Amino acid sequence: MTQSEILEYLQASFPDAGIEPDETEPEPLIIIPPEHLQQVAAFLRDDEKLHFECLMCLSSIDYDEELHTVYNLYSMKHDHKCSLRCKVSREDPVIPTLTFIWHTAEWHERESYDLLGITYEGHPDLRRILNPDDWEGHPLRKDYEPQKKWHDIPLTPQPLLGGGDDG
Amino acid sequence: MTQVHDLDIPLGPSREKMDLVLAGVEDVHGERMRIQMGPQHPATHGVLRVEIETDGEMIITATPHIGYLHRCFEKVAENVTWPQVVPFTDRLDYCSSMNNNLGWSLAVEKLFGIEVSERVQTIRVLAAELNRIANHCVALAAYSLDIGAWTPFLLLIQEREHVLDLFEELCGGRLLLNYIWIGGLSHDIPDGWLVKVHEFVEFMQPKMPELNQLLSFNKIFIERLGNVAVIPADVCLQYGVTGPNIRGAGVKWDLRKNEPYSGYETYDFDIPVGTGEAGQFGDAYDRYMVRVKEIVQSLRIIEQAATRLDNMPGDDVQAAIPKTFAKVPKGEVYFRTEQPKGELGFYIVSNGKSKPYRVKCRAPSFSNLCVMPKVAPGLLIADMVALIGSIDIVLGDGDR
Amino acid sequence: MGNIEGRFGPNILVTSADKLFNWARSRSLWPLTFGLACCAIEMMATNASRFDLDRFGIFPRPTPRQADVLLVSGTLTAKMAERVLRLYEQMAEPKYVISMGSCANSGGPYWEHGYHVVKGIDQIMPVDVYIPGCPPRPEALIDGYLRLRELIMRETIARKDA
Repeated sequence: MTQSEILEYLQASFPDAGIEPDETEPEPLIIIPPEHLQQVAAFLRDDEKLHFECLMCLSSIDYDEELHTVYNLYSMKHDHKCSLRCKVSREDPVIPTLTFIWHTAEWHERESYDLLGITYEGHPDLRRILNPDDWEGHPLRKDYEPQKKWHDIPLTPQPLLGGGDDG
Repeated sequence: MTQVHDLDIPLGPSREKMDLVLAGVEDVHGERMRIQMGPQHPATHGVLRVEIETDGEMIITATPHIGYLHRCFEKVAENVTWPQVVPFTDRLDYCSSMNNNLGWSLAVEKLFGIEVSERVQTIRVLAAELNRIANHCVALAAYSLDIGAWTPFLLLIQEREHVLDLFEELCGGRLLLNYIWIGGLSHDIPDGWLVKVHEFVEFMQPKMPELNQLLSFNKIFIERLGNVAVIPADVCLQYGVTGPNIRGAGVKWDLRKNEPYSGYETYDFDIPVGTGEAGQFGDAYDRYMVRVKEIVQSLRIIEQAATRLDNMPGDDVQAAIPKTFAKVPKGEVYFRTEQPKGELGFYIVSNGKSKPYRVKCRAPSFSNLCVMPKVAPGLLIADMVALIGSIDIVLGDGDR
Repeated sequence: MGNIEGRFGPNILVTSADKLFNWARSRSLWPLTFGLACCAIEMMATNASRFDLDRFGIFPRPTPRQADVLLVSGTLTAKMAERVLRLYEQMAEPKYVISMGSCANSGGPYWEHGYHVVKGIDQIMPVDVYIPGCPPRPEALIDGYLRLRELIMRETIARKDA
């Protein structure tokens, strides 16, 4: 099935969910509102005609007023692909988790929380994965200011004591 | 005649009692031990920390902690221009830098709509397969060292040095190459290099049977690896485990055949899968044998590519590189390639400027590692080493 | 050496205690196998057959208690820095530190935009030898070890007054 056929099938199966197309080039996406995301994702995995058993990638992007999470799905059985986009506002970035639908999402969502600050509701273990647990801020946001120190370890180049000459 | 006494050392629950212990019903020694394995450890293949809770020798839970090599690749990629990202992709999975460069270049070429010539594609395939051999050599060498065998380590690193000699002549680097650029290559192949490639293929052919005799068919090695750390196919699909790990579980899935890129569909090669010969499908021995057989298949591809290049007229390998990256098409794309450790994907967002807006790198080691809490319970501590080495992770990828 | 040469038989060597200790220490440097990133692969290749560090007496050890050189190869991140310090403190004196690669020297290619990267290990511990390169060739690593030997030959075992 092509992306547009998948979109029509989804819109027919979930008429009130507010599913819309996103005409980005070269790969268009399907926009799904956060409140219906888990339902649609379970349908995408379990329906016989769709059968998306693989979540290839989960990425989060910081656009100025909104934070997006993009899911790239693939079906080995039917050899077709699909991409979803879920948008949330910057002030209250909460998206339902897809960990129990695709276990791949568990660590990818933790990374997205760590680097962009999107909270995944229902995640079994949502804590930072790449940065230390008490890191301040979310580094991949566009307004991130790197911190100068962490636990007395300098993160900006400091001059060496004694001038640094050999001896 | 000296008497032999029974040593009264508790070894933990036996395999029969394992289910009861795991269900929490029976704790054999009444006390669990928490061990930190790593981040500095000779067998963790880098800076990985695994927090293991054991009852005697048997592991009850294992939690991997990563981030000790988080080098902010995605933030760096937002702040440098499109071609400047290529050296940073080298440092993702540092054992196979050609494949990473290839993944990035192909993703960007798909986004910008750039087509390269057949000769450039053939050289790219040749370089990528040479690097696949080098990568598997390091993986198998380090793995055999962890299991306890010294000689295969020295043997495989020595074979790998021949590949690195070829790379040095091609582009000047041994490990981090920065060779496959967006739209072309950094250098054309020098005169006489293809003759050396043919000689290398001939030299390497008898080395895999030698490794098999030394290690793969060694009874102790088979006992260490057979039936150990089984990752079944359905677990692989659920957790997103790819590469030789899913092939070891018996699934014939390789992006070079299923979603070919850069001309791979025109080459004649097989996809080795695990056969369960040492115990079960998807055990550590299967994953190990898949890598050994993949080296043989890579040699086939290299021979075919080098023969094609012998008969192709030379051309300018930098002809398709855009003159400027200052204004580029907008859009978003996801593109994946078969890197030696698994599926490497790049999700790239472009807003038309000279620097990427967002780059997400879907690294194979990141997803391969998340299966550890599921597979580790029930293993002995020594088997944990076998598990980590057989998944073949590199923390440059896992942490980016 | 000096004015007592030739006054003893052929099987007797006379030297100073400093020279003897320095010679023994520098010809038997045991590094801790501490590979962080890409430079670790070049370190492994240097230990293997072609470049063979064993002929210099360099024999990698997995535990800091048995090592006397800390060869930091690769990028040091904030999360790892505390662990590296602890490893350094666990080593017994005399101990030396070699910084291998540009990431360990000064942050490497991540110096500008790496928010989690410590810009060189000399920010947190004293370094004896710096080896430039990204990654340094095995010959460069061997050269670094030889320079460390020269440094050690200049030491003295006399205790400094507190």
